[in-house]
Amino acid sequence: MKRWTAFWNILLKDIRAYYLKPPNISWGIIFPLAWTGMFFIKSGGGMQNLLSLLPGLIAISVLFGTTSMLAVTITFEKKSRSFERLLLAPIPIELLMLAKTTGAILFGVANAFVPVVMASFLSDMSGIAWSVLAPTVLLIAISSTFLGLFIAVSVSEVFEAQTFSNFFRFPMIFLCGLFFPIQQLPDWLQPLSYILPLTYGADALHEAVTRAGRLPLYLDILALSGFCTALFILSLRNIRRKWVT
Amino acid sequence: MATPVIIETRGLTKRFGDVQAVAGVDFDVHEGELFGFLGPNGAGKTTTINILTGLARPDSGEILISGINCAKNPKAAQHLLGIVPDESNLYPELTGFENLCFCAALYGMRKTERQTRARELLDKFGLADAADRRFSGYSRGMKRKLTIAAGIIHNPPILFLDEPTTGIDVVSARQIRQLIKDLHRAGTTIFITTHYIEEAERLCDRIAFIVRGRIVQTDTVANLMQPVRGIHSMLISVSNSGANLCGELAAAFPAHNFYSVSSEQIRVESAEPVSVGPIVRFMEDKGVEVSEARKLQPSLEDVFVRITGVEADAMRKEKEKQGGGV
Repeated sequence: MKRWTAFWNILLKDIRAYYLKPPNISWGIIFPLAWTGMFFIKSGGGMQNLLSLLPGLIAISVLFGTTSMLAVTITFEKKSRSFERLLLAPIPIELLMLAKTTGAILFGVANAFVPVVMASFLSDMSGIAWSVLAPTVLLIAISSTFLGLFIAVSVSEVFEAQTFSNFFRFPMIFLCGLFFPIQQLPDWLQPLSYILPLTYGADALHEAVTRAGRLPLYLDILALSGFCTALFILSLRNIRRKWVT
Repeated sequence: MATPVIIETRGLTKRFGDVQAVAGVDFDVHEGELFGFLGPNGAGKTTTINILTGLARPDSGEILISGINCAKNPKAAQHLLGIVPDESNLYPELTGFENLCFCAALYGMRKTERQTRARELLDKFGLADAADRRFSGYSRGMKRKLTIAAGIIHNPPILFLDEPTTGIDVVSARQIRQLIKDLHRAGTTIFITTHYIEEAERLCDRIAFIVRGRIVQTDTVANLMQPVRGIHSMLISVSNSGANLCGELAAAFPAHNFYSVSSEQIRVESAEPVSVGPIVRFMEDKGVEVSEARKLQPSLEDVFVRITGVEADAMRKEKEKQGGGV
């Protein structure tokens, strides 16, 4: 019970201190809006084209929202040494890191639904498989957050966190099949796509929105769950190795 | 009768690359004791605290805190510890009250309990008026006091204080020393590191001197002072001591020892009382102008300098130049 008091208060503190700050709320709204507008104009299609863009917009909103926030907030707390306070508290490191990442996961999920809400005013959403979309969004948010955690543990400066995040994010957007089918990529690049978590997230989103998924849904969900577990374990190992020296 | 041992370390070692930060540290701290850990910069004080509190892993050695083997399971004893690091590391965006409530929650305290305790500590530390101000707007002294309050929010039986008064104003430092005394009187075991030797002399029951990762002496203040008790010391301020003034003085006054503290200060030590007149005349004959001659009471600083070979004043200035740690 005491541990969950700590968990809940770390989460609440982060939500209040970081995620509910006006600049971050506006980032959470403006960023998906900008991507939506950009791709909508670029596609040149009408409203009927909007649903084909939706998986990409959701995935990008989640990816950028989670990785940016978590990598920066943890690096900032580590730099200012306030993170030591958490490491010195009598809570297991697994629970501590879950508390630190849950805020970013929720922020990512909220980000994902900005383009969904916008699309609901412009397009017929009756064909969307919500029972597939909701868990997929959650899994993308978790895997992206844990990617942000992995980045945060690997760097020591806030600016390094941003640079290192982009090193992962931009190739991932173009290689994961969101905007170009993986089959259209050069043969030598295609294997790379399948080691990216977003590839499976994008595929599941395509399936949920337009029934155009290429891989079996269970494989997407399994792969995403596997990436979440692997990234979390890897990050915990790095935290123990680098932060509890 | 001595109280039970609450912190016990045996053969603690820690290496960072080529640097042996801690090289076989052994000591015991008794329940309710105020234990000082003194040494120059880089001696291994903070590394030792980090190991004891679970923020660093020892390469070898044993740590028992209240009988819990912390080398094997550092998290197991953390609920017994209050930790005040050398930098005030609370959350700048939270108010003083919110910071204390948050720290209390980390130890699983219930909402009403933590709010009551936070208000109690804000009152006790004279911060009640600043309770709703953000931590980032606090002065250095206020930050230090709130950091100590956060360290004791959960009423820990053991408190680690790393340089609690470094870099803050005299009034705040005095208040913090009084708070430390009050906590000690209330029965808290306190482990303190400080660069201010006179502070350690005033506060501590026992002191360990650590140099280059090794403890060179551990004893009560009274016992540590024993070797310097019969020594007569004097500090002479001069215009310029020149290259070999100490040597010339030693030849002229063989019963005394002369040390150059700086180019403008000479320290005289002797087993017999020092007569200032002949020494001043000798110096003036050599063309050296004497501005002040002051008798010194033997202090723990003398003991520290003798044992560690480090000038306490130089150590203090170096630490303050580094930013004071607040």
